[in-house]
Amino acid sequence: MKSQIHAGGRGKGTFTDGFKGGVKFSPTKEKALENAKAMLGNTLVTAQTGEAGRKVQTIYFTEAANLGKRPDGRDDEYYLAILLDRASSFPVIVASTEGGMEIEHVAHHTPEKIFKVQVDPAVGLQAFQARQIAFSLGFSGDLFKQCVTLVTKLYQFYWEKDCAMVEVNPLLVTKEGKLLALDAKVSFDDNALFRHPDVVALRDLNEEDAKEIEASKFGLSYIALDGNIACLVNGAGLAMSTMDIIQHFGGSPANFLDVGGGATKDQVTAAFKIILGDANVKGILVNIFGGIMDCNVIATGIIEAIKETGLKLPLVVRLEGNNVEAARPPSPLRA
Amino acid sequence: MSILVKEDTRILVQGITGDFGARHARLSLDYGSQVVAGVTPGKGGQVFEHAGKKVPIFNTVAEAAKQTGATVSAIFVPPPFAADAILECFDADLDLAVAITEGIPVRDMVRAKRAMAGRRTRLIGPNCPGIVTPGRGDKSSGGCRIGIAPGYIHRRGNVGVVSRSGTLTYEAVWQLTCRGKGQSTCVGIGGDPVNGTSHLDVIKLFNDDPETDAIIMIGEIGGNAEVEAARWIKAHCKKPVAGFIAGATAPAGRRMGHAGAVIGGAEDTAAAKIKIFEECGISVAATPSDMADALLRIWKG
Repeated sequence: MKSQIHAGGRGKGTFTDGFKGGVKFSPTKEKALENAKAMLGNTLVTAQTGEAGRKVQTIYFTEAANLGKRPDGRDDEYYLAILLDRASSFPVIVASTEGGMEIEHVAHHTPEKIFKVQVDPAVGLQAFQARQIAFSLGFSGDLFKQCVTLVTKLYQFYWEKDCAMVEVNPLLVTKEGKLLALDAKVSFDDNALFRHPDVVALRDLNEEDAKEIEASKFGLSYIALDGNIACLVNGAGLAMSTMDIIQHFGGSPANFLDVGGGATKDQVTAAFKIILGDANVKGILVNIFGGIMDCNVIATGIIEAIKETGLKLPLVVRLEGNNVEAARPPSPLRA
Repeated sequence: MSILVKEDTRILVQGITGDFGARHARLSLDYGSQVVAGVTPGKGGQVFEHAGKKVPIFNTVAEAAKQTGATVSAIFVPPPFAADAILECFDADLDLAVAITEGIPVRDMVRAKRAMAGRRTRLIGPNCPGIVTPGRGDKSSGGCRIGIAPGYIHRRGNVGVVSRSGTLTYEAVWQLTCRGKGQSTCVGIGGDPVNGTSHLDVIKLFNDDPETDAIIMIGEIGGNAEVEAARWIKAHCKKPVAGFIAGATAPAGRRMGHAGAVIGGAEDTAAAKIKIFEECGISVAATPSDMADALLRIWKG
């Protein structure tokens, strides 16, 4: 029984009421019911969730597997992932005999145990490449065939569903000699969701920050952080570096917020409301260099947002660029 | 000289009849750039008019290039169709395709980039502000503006600017202009993980360009393109380079607006890249407000 939260380290996690383990083996129906009652609605804290943890609202049931053992007594666990290799702009399949641990750890300590196969997008994954992966993991006989089939299907899934990354860890061999994807993380390319309504349907809003959901409704790019100085910026690069400026001068950014190049007055007002919905925010920095954006639109949006929200927090606005003169004189913000 | 485009470069605009494309075609015409053709499938024969100028619209890129002598395309086509628009430029053997479109699926770009191999066309972008070679007129008018950058912030001169980010490019350009330092060419290579032209590609062009005396390179977290460029600069670049890396405060694993701006491992954090910049003799700006001054600390112009 697995707690379905968007974070790793569940098995070793602890619930806020002290109940241990977000992944449980339940040999009987009664035990399953008991575990489900303990997990559902409870908040699970793992190495990846931060102190606040995440509320478990869904449990995944799956048949328990008997782990196979290697001659040295270790669990027979492997690693398999497909992602984009940015250097070549080709998809790359990454495999390792060292599963069940962080792949970064393996890459750092035993890089010779990581195998990579690049896939030419012009022709797709070739049979010999799937065999290379299966050989590199040391499989033979029926397990070899299972591995070739798994790699082939996994690549097809990665490509056809526009995945950003598919990571199976651990991939294991059971006592019965079956290859099994015991745990997997799949992420999808946001830009391609328009052609995958089935993927969009999987979206779990419970796993997302409420402010980020609200922002996405207005087409704003917003990410909540834990600082206390909010920022509202146009352009992703400038938005990132405005967060850096806040930190450089001893502050702590409360968010990333890119209003984009074509933001409307309504978007700016919405952006302000979202920022103000974060109780930690003690001040706001607006940083706009208007290339395509009209600074006057920003100024108007800010003034409306102040009126609508009754803003009491200190606000610093820096405007530069397109139509900046129109944005300045009538604005009470200059005082 | 300049790199990639000159004042007289003839430009076609794919998606000129859409709001976004039309708006920036008008701004480029106002700047004095040679926008000579538009392409919108099905609207061939129509004319795009602005301020007394008439720009003919064609059904295909090949036809537009043949009829008008356009060698460069500015692509404003919506994301689902943008990779197709890029491939059409390759097929028409243009010199340059500049893809402004934001939000193209990565898979589409993986295929498009693969198809670029062996073709003569260079791709800039996607998800980029484009290219500006400033002109010599009032507020740099008369230059070649391809994309969405504000023209008036530029000034003709000898600094080459290359960046993944639009607004950070404008910041750097405006700081230079305010200090009396002009630009040879400003290139936005885009914020996506798969792009046609890298930092290093542009740095090499600047290194070979006699008009470019100094370079500002602006990067961000994610990938190793900036590191690759920095190491080449240390070994080969004859010109002073200042740099900035955005994203020191970005949390790992989160996409910061640009699809390419995700910290994946230890090597693509801002701190790691800044350290390598410094080791490679690049003058690093502590904040984006410091980009021009970082260059002027090592170059007197």
